Order: sequence, then structure tokens, then C-alpha cells
Amino acid sequence: MTATELKERLVGRALKRREDPKLITGHGNYLDDIKLPGMLHIALVRSPHAHAKIVSIDASKALAMPGVVAVFTGKDMLDINPMPAAWQAAGVKNYPVPPRALAVDKVALVGDPVAMVVAEDRYTARDAADAVEVEYEPLPAVVDARKAVEPGAPQIHEAAPNNIVFEWECGNKAAADAAIASAEVVVKEEIINQRLIPTPMETRGSIARYDALTGEWTVWMTSQAPHVHRLLLTAFVFGVPETKLRCIAPNVGGGFGQKIFCYNDMAFTMWAARKLGRPVKFVEDRSENYKYSTHGRDHITEAELAGTRDGKITGLRVKTWANIGAYFSTVAAGIPTTLYGRIITGVYKIPAAYVHVTGAYTNTAMVDAYRGAGRPEASYLIERMVDRFAAEIGMDPAEVRRKNFIQPEDFPYDNGLGLLPYDSGNYEPALNKALEIAGYAEFRKQQAELRQQGRYLGIGISSYVEICGIAPSAWMGGQGWGAGLWESANVRVHLTGKVVVTTGSLPHGQGLETTFAQIVADELGVPYEDVEVQWGDTQGTPFGYGTYGSRSLAVGGVAIKRSVDKIKEKARKLAAHLLEANEADIVFENGRAYVKGSPDKGKTIGELAAAAAVAYNLPPGMEPFLDETSYYDPPNCTFPFGTHVCIVEVDPETGHVKLLRYIAVDDCGNQINPLIVEGQIHGGIAQGLAQALYEGAVYDEDGQLLTGTLMDYAVPTAAMVPHIETDYTVTPSPVNPLGVKGAGEAGTIASAQCVMNAIIDALAPFGVKHLQMPATPERIWKAIHGK
Amino acid sequence: MIPAPFDYYAPTSLAEALTLLQQHGDDAKILAGGHSLLPAMKLRLAAPSVLIDINRVAELRGIKVNGTVEIGAMTTWSAIEHHAALAKACPAMADAVGLIGDIQVRNRGTIGGSLAHADPAADMPAVVLAVDAQIHVEGPNGPRAIAAADFFTDMLSTALEPGEIITAITFTSHGPGEGSAYAKFPHPASRYAIVGAAAYVKMENGQVTACRVAITGAGPKAERQTAVEQALIGTDGSADAVAAAAAHAGEGMEMLGDIHASEEYRRAMCKVYAKRALLKAIERAR
Repeated sequence: MTATELKERLVGRALKRREDPKLITGHGNYLDDIKLPGMLHIALVRSPHAHAKIVSIDASKALAMPGVVAVFTGKDMLDINPMPAAWQAAGVKNYPVPPRALAVDKVALVGDPVAMVVAEDRYTARDAADAVEVEYEPLPAVVDARKAVEPGAPQIHEAAPNNIVFEWECGNKAAADAAIASAEVVVKEEIINQRLIPTPMETRGSIARYDALTGEWTVWMTSQAPHVHRLLLTAFVFGVPETKLRCIAPNVGGGFGQKIFCYNDMAFTMWAARKLGRPVKFVEDRSENYKYSTHGRDHITEAELAGTRDGKITGLRVKTWANIGAYFSTVAAGIPTTLYGRIITGVYKIPAAYVHVTGAYTNTAMVDAYRGAGRPEASYLIERMVDRFAAEIGMDPAEVRRKNFIQPEDFPYDNGLGLLPYDSGNYEPALNKALEIAGYAEFRKQQAELRQQGRYLGIGISSYVEICGIAPSAWMGGQGWGAGLWESANVRVHLTGKVVVTTGSLPHGQGLETTFAQIVADELGVPYEDVEVQWGDTQGTPFGYGTYGSRSLAVGGVAIKRSVDKIKEKARKLAAHLLEANEADIVFENGRAYVKGSPDKGKTIGELAAAAAVAYNLPPGMEPFLDETSYYDPPNCTFPFGTHVCIVEVDPETGHVKLLRYIAVDDCGNQINPLIVEGQIHGGIAQGLAQALYEGAVYDEDGQLLTGTLMDYAVPTAAMVPHIETDYTVTPSPVNPLGVKGAGEAGTIASAQCVMNAIIDALAPFGVKHLQMPATPERIWKAIHGK
Repeated sequence: MIPAPFDYYAPTSLAEALTLLQQHGDDAKILAGGHSLLPAMKLRLAAPSVLIDINRVAELRGIKVNGTVEIGAMTTWSAIEHHAALAKACPAMADAVGLIGDIQVRNRGTIGGSLAHADPAADMPAVVLAVDAQIHVEGPNGPRAIAAADFFTDMLSTALEPGEIITAITFTSHGPGEGSAYAKFPHPASRYAIVGAAAYVKMENGQVTACRVAITGAGPKAERQTAVEQALIGTDGSADAVAAAAAHAGEGMEMLGDIHASEEYRRAMCKVYAKRALLKAIERAR
């Protein structure tokens, strides 16, 4: 390859994911695959009551069983602190009551752990857990966030009067009130965004090993953020130096947010490993995951949207009760505040908007981030209300959207809700493209004809914008988030020219190994196969805040690019020295540094790496090795957008919905790997349409989870997801040098309302204006039959 | 996920299995495909101290189709699903089996295991009622046959006596003018029937001369719909006649209600699915 011959660029190519052969042939290394010598196993005794005082715990029968090593209760662990409440609602008083390692004196949800059995094997531990006798004094329970804050509701925590976690607001109340009071048209709706269970394929757990001689722990954990967990567990829970804990996330079998948080099992495995001097393992089963690991969404909202008869939206007023669950999970308060309220107006220029959110404790599983985290709730709300408004004034919903879109010349756009300005966008082309693919005008004709034959088809539109690349530490600090949100990366070019990237980001299904290697191979001009991407172990990777919020490319990926830039700069200096040329005359291109104008006179990156490593001949003052680290804190978030359209047919006899077409036009900025983007969009849509049609966690009044197994909670199978027609527009982000925005959550953020709008459109002849999710056949049948 | 401790036996003959069952009595459970029993054990809703695994009893497997259909109790759903002659002899059974669970479930689950468990939402009880099958069992007092109509006694309860094992299911193959079908409203998570309707009809000279309809899923046990049958026999089997007859579906039946489908909705769906199964059965009979 000569200097002028361009290496084929990898960025933008749909390479298959390099991590997949291992993961899909059973050669991955997941938490439960790890077996340490002498390892003990934990089974928990969990509360069958949603709310109760613990009167007594008698472990004598369990302790007498062969193979049982110990039984501990919450009171044994009072020497460690509760789990941290890391993200509290900004600017208001919070009443955080995070969980302890094990419950002390009382339980607040079904599944709350009151004791742990440690035994030689998992079977013994489980049998012994059944033999622990716990006496409870049941208390009245409350599961509904709005009822929980009413006078007279059962009080869950002394430290949180009236079960209020926080009361938070954003926007301009007076302006919104005035807009609504003076509007030509106001539509009002109660909108419920039901509780969902994230359901990663791998459940959660942790294994802790303690070395008494050095006082050091190693903890293997199902984690999306091992560096953060290391910090929280040492500095906040155990009060020991951060350096005494090494956290390792092995292969992680999906997270969808549920594995961001610092969980009690991380603490009690550490505590027990130290106490017993042997490694201990805890892995939840699916029932435990459903009962105790975090859930998502669960908002009750009263929304009012004001506008003119000719389709201009003039105001929006939103009052939301956000269910936080029985305890405060790690970032629970950030989700229904910053990530929800501040983007409530979506893709529309709405001059007056106001959001009030009450976070409430209830006797249910903790609620925290789940794919999309706040943005799906916001997007669902505004897109339903816009359709509701369009129906009210008898205008085409596509036209109402066009009339109110933020225009290209408005960017950077400040929505007035305390968010950073939207970076870039061009909303109408994505809408037009989606409608064109759907054949919108033709469909409307066909729809009218079919209605005459008693067939009910509907089309739904969802235009969305979301917040990705969640960062600027300076801004997040002001949002109640008690830390930064930069990312870091180290890039090393070894003596043989092979490149090792270590990143603080952490893939658990996103294909980061592939995407990151594509970037580095292009930037350095080395073969893709020569780039190794390492992650997941706090010993050996630089600090990172973790993978969530669609931020690993726009923040973590950019940190990698900046490290590569530094390497290229050093390589240029070294080349100038070796080629006896002026540094200013050295060009780095296609993996080679050469003298400008004399492309044959040059050194490859491999030659330069070797020269830097053997260090026989370096310029004065240059340190050996091509090894650079960057800490990247972006100036803004990124704001991907797009329009999804779907077409459904409703069976009026049964209420069943058939998804006939699903069209997604997304704009996530530049795409590094379109195949991975496509996969993320598909997966996201599957979860969003599942919210519209199938999923919903249901508690009875006493706090028993009625959807506690996969036989009751309907996660869609491949057969329940339609063919998805994808297309894209590309509006590069000006925020970062890669021009990327993020794609991990867009599908989920866009899709639930897309399906619901289509169903409600199909049901228009029956006078249906709104339906709550999931739109089960029975709900639809009742709506049709006016029941 | 972790069941309580149990002893495990894997007999290779029916005689051996019956002896083991006799020995262990109420403490023992027969393990067939394990798709109902094992989940219950893992959730510790069931904790038998002895499991008698009859998967190695070869004499209980196999399908024979001539004028009569005979299906061994340990025949898997997938073996039934892929049996072309059986699909012709009884389309309702082929319809139903293709809608059970998913491929993995059908590879393990067995017809005998399902019938013995008598889950109120299982598909097969409706089919065996509609085709008027005989359920052959063997126990300490030797073999006997139980008519499907007498087999399902209550929720999760059957006419099986202690110590008895189902050995086979038999019924008459459909002849000319006969048709059957199964229509199902599956639960979105479990794929069990929220309502399932099996229908058999015989058409002679453009008239319905015989008809059997059974509903599963809606109530505590699968039940024949005699009012529907009576209303349809003697008609021409037209869409209107079917709709009028199917309107009697669910009459007198106790309905279940839960978060997935209320009693009211299940009752309405009985009529819809009975109609759909009948229309298909008549189309096949013509």
C-alpha cells in the first residue's frame, strides 16, 4: 500500500459483531459460569408480605442442616451503610430511603430479604432458607403512587412523611396556566405509563472474594457500571478506600438499565466473604429478579394540551405521580425529573409548558431506569396528546406535527425546560420519509374503504426526540447527580503494532467491541483484526461511568478517538525525528507518517510503535511507548430524533391487534456500524411495542406481584414482533468529532405511542379517544363495546 | 428455580413404572414431559419426594392411524404435529398441537402428561372431548378405558385412580363428510388458552347430522357445549346457523376471571371461538 492509496474505511460499514461467535455458541463467561475454589452459596429468605414488621427470626432449624455455614440477618450487617442514593431530584428536598443489605425491623415489599443462608451448595442454601422461621406483623400496603401520597395512606418510611420522595417541577407554571385558560381548544387526558419489568436474559448477581491479609475484595458482578459500583460500595457503603475493591463485570447478558444500580447483593456478598473468609456467590432466579430487581416507568399523569383551532399548540401542563417503589434505587429520582420533565415538549415548539412530578414510595419493587428511562414516558405523553389534539380539531395528525415542529434554523434549540440546547435536528424530512414509505395518502383512502366492509385499520405516527450521550459533568452536577459523566479510554500500540484499547464503557449487548475497533482501525490505519478492545475490570481499565443513556459511543467512543489523536501526534513527532524532517512537514495518514511531498519517505505506525517501545532512538525528552489516555467530557448531550409509523388492524370481535407494518426512520447522526444500529433499533422497537400490546407488571392491592413469572408477564417472542422497515436520515451531531448521537434507546422511545396511536386511529369509528397500555384484546373489546 | 429434594426413578417398562407407583403411593409423581410438573417443583408449588420418569418406557410412545387413531401417552406434541396421516384423520388435533407453547415445549411435552395434569387452560382436553376419545389407563387393577367426557372432573382433577398411568388415547378417524378444527385465543405470555374451542361436525346431504364442541381455558375444566351442538344439528351449517348456535357457547359454564381476561370477556370469547372453530370444521367437512 502506498501512501496515496486509501485504506478502505471501516466506519460506516455493516460489519458483523466480533463478539457474537463466542456469545451465541455458549462460550461466553457470565457470572453464573464463574466457580471459585471453596465458594459458598447464598439463598435469601424473602418477605411474603408487602409491608410488615419483623417480629422474630429463628434460624435454628436451618443452622442445624448439614452444609449450612451461617445464617445472617439485617441486624448482623448494621456495620455497613445502606445503598447510596446517587441521583436525587435537583433543587428540591429529597427524602431518600435506599435499601440496606438486608431489611432491618420491617419489610416494605414482597421479596424484601430478611435473612440470608450461606451454605456449601445452592441446593442446601435454598432448602435451608425454607427452614428459617420468620414471624411478621403485617401492615397495610399501598401500591399506587397517587394513592400513596393521599392523606391516610399507609406510611412506609418514617424518614419520608406521606411517602413523598420529592416534589419537583420545571417550566413556567404561570405561562402554562395562562395558555390553558385562554386557549381555543384544550384536550385533557389521564395517561398511565404502566410499570414494566426489564427482563434481561441473564438475571443479576454477584460473587465476592476477600483477602484477609491485604484487606482487598474482588467482586464479580452483573453490572453496567463496575467503576461506579466500586466507588459507591467502598466510599459509601463500607467506608474503606476505593483501592481495596476490584470490580469485574464479565459477559453481561443484557441489562436494559436494570444493571446500572448498586444492589444489596453486592454489599452482602462482600460482607459475608469478609466475615466467613471464603468466596460467596449470589445469583437471583427469575422470580427473585421479578420481585426485587428494579422495574421501569410506572407514571400516572394528568395532562392538558392547549392549542388553536388551526393546529398551533400553545401550552402544555403535566402533573405526574412517579412510583419509586419501596426504596430509593441508585438513580431513581433522576429518571422522572431531568430525563422526563425537561424533554416533555418533544419535537415541538410549545411556548408555555410546565411539569410537576411527585415521586412516591409504595410497597412495590424499586423503579429506576429502564431502556429509554424517562424519555419514553415523555415521548409517549406528548405524542398521545398531539394525536388527541389533532382528533379534537379534526386535523390530520401529520399536519399538526408539521405545524409545530422545531425548525432546522432553530438549532441549537432551548426548550425552556432547563435542558441543554438540542444540538441539531431536521424533523420534517424524517416524518415525510416515514409517511412516504407507508404510502400515507393511499392508506387513508384504503382505510376508509375497509371501514365500510367492517374492517378496522389504523395508522399511528410518532415523531420523537431524545437525550443521548448523557454527559456534561458541569450540567449533570446541577441536575442532582452526585458525580461526573465523562468517559475515559486508554489506547496502546504495542511493539508489534497491535493495538489495545481499554475503555471505561461496558458492552452488555451493544457491540461496542466491534464499533470501537472500527473507529480505531480507521483512525490509526491499522487492520481491524489488530485492534483489541478490553473492558469490564476496574483493574486494568480507566475510570468510566458506565454504559447506559445511549452514551457509550458519543462519550466513551470519543474518548477513544481523542486517545488515538494523541498517539498520532506523538507518532508524528517520532517520525520527524527518525526521518530527520521538520515536524511541521510530517503528515499522518492511512497508518503511516511521511514527509509532505515525499510519500515514499515514511514510517508505518507499526514501525513507529516499535521504535517508541525499544526506545533506542527517541527525540530528546520523549517518553517511550505509544500509550495515551483521554478523559472526555462533552460540551452537550446529543439529541437523536426520527419518526416511526405503524399500521394495525383491529379484530372488532375479539379486540386483537395485528401489526401489519412498522416503519422506522431514525436519525442518530453518523453511523459507525449500520448493522449494529439496525439491531439496536429492532430491539428497542420490540420492547416499545411490547409495552403497547403485552407487558405490564401488576400488583394486587396487598402488594402481591401478579405477574411474577414469564408465564404471566408477556415478553414478546420473535413471532410477536413484525417485520420492521428501517430507514434513516443523517444529521451529524455538532457536539462531538465523530458526529454521532446514539441509538441504543431510540426504538423504545419511539414505538409504544406509535402503536397506540395506530390502535386508537383504528378505533376512531367507535368514538375511542384514548386507551391505556397495554392495549390488550379485552381493553380494546371493551372500548369497542362501550363497556 | 431450585426444587426441594426428591428421589428419582427411571423405569424402562410400564410394569416397572406401575410397581414403583404402587410402592411410593402419594409421595410419588409420574414425570412425563415435565412441562407442568417441573416448573411447579422449581417454584416449590409442588414437592413430590419421588419422581418416576417414564420417558424410557418405549411401549408408551407412537402413533397408529387406520380407521382408529391410537396415540401412545408418551408421544410428544412434536411427533403428533409432524404426523401427516394423523393431521388428515383429525385436523382439530393438528390445529391444537401446532399452537401449544413453542417448538421447545412441543419437543418435550406429551399428550398423556398433559391430559393427566388437566390444566384448565390446556388445549388437548377440548380436542379429546370434541372427538369423543377414549383415554386408556393401566393400574393395579389392570387396564381400563375412560371416555373423555368422563375424564375431566374438576380443575386439575381427572378420573384417574391412584396408581394408574395413562397409556394411550384412541378415537375414530374422520371419514367423508366429517371435519374438525380448533381455534384458540392464546395467553400472550404462557401461550396457554385463554379460550380454546374444538369442534367436530358431520355433514350429510348438506345437513349437520352430528356435532361436538368443547371449550377449554374459560372455566375450571374443559367442557362439552351441548347447547351449541343441539342448536347446530339439523341445520345447513351456514354462517348464520353457526353464529346462532355458537351464541350458546359458555352457557351454564363457570367462568374464570383474572388479570388477563375477565369472566365477562371470557364468556364473550367462548362464542367467538366456538363459531370460528365450527366454521372451519364445516368447511373441512364439506
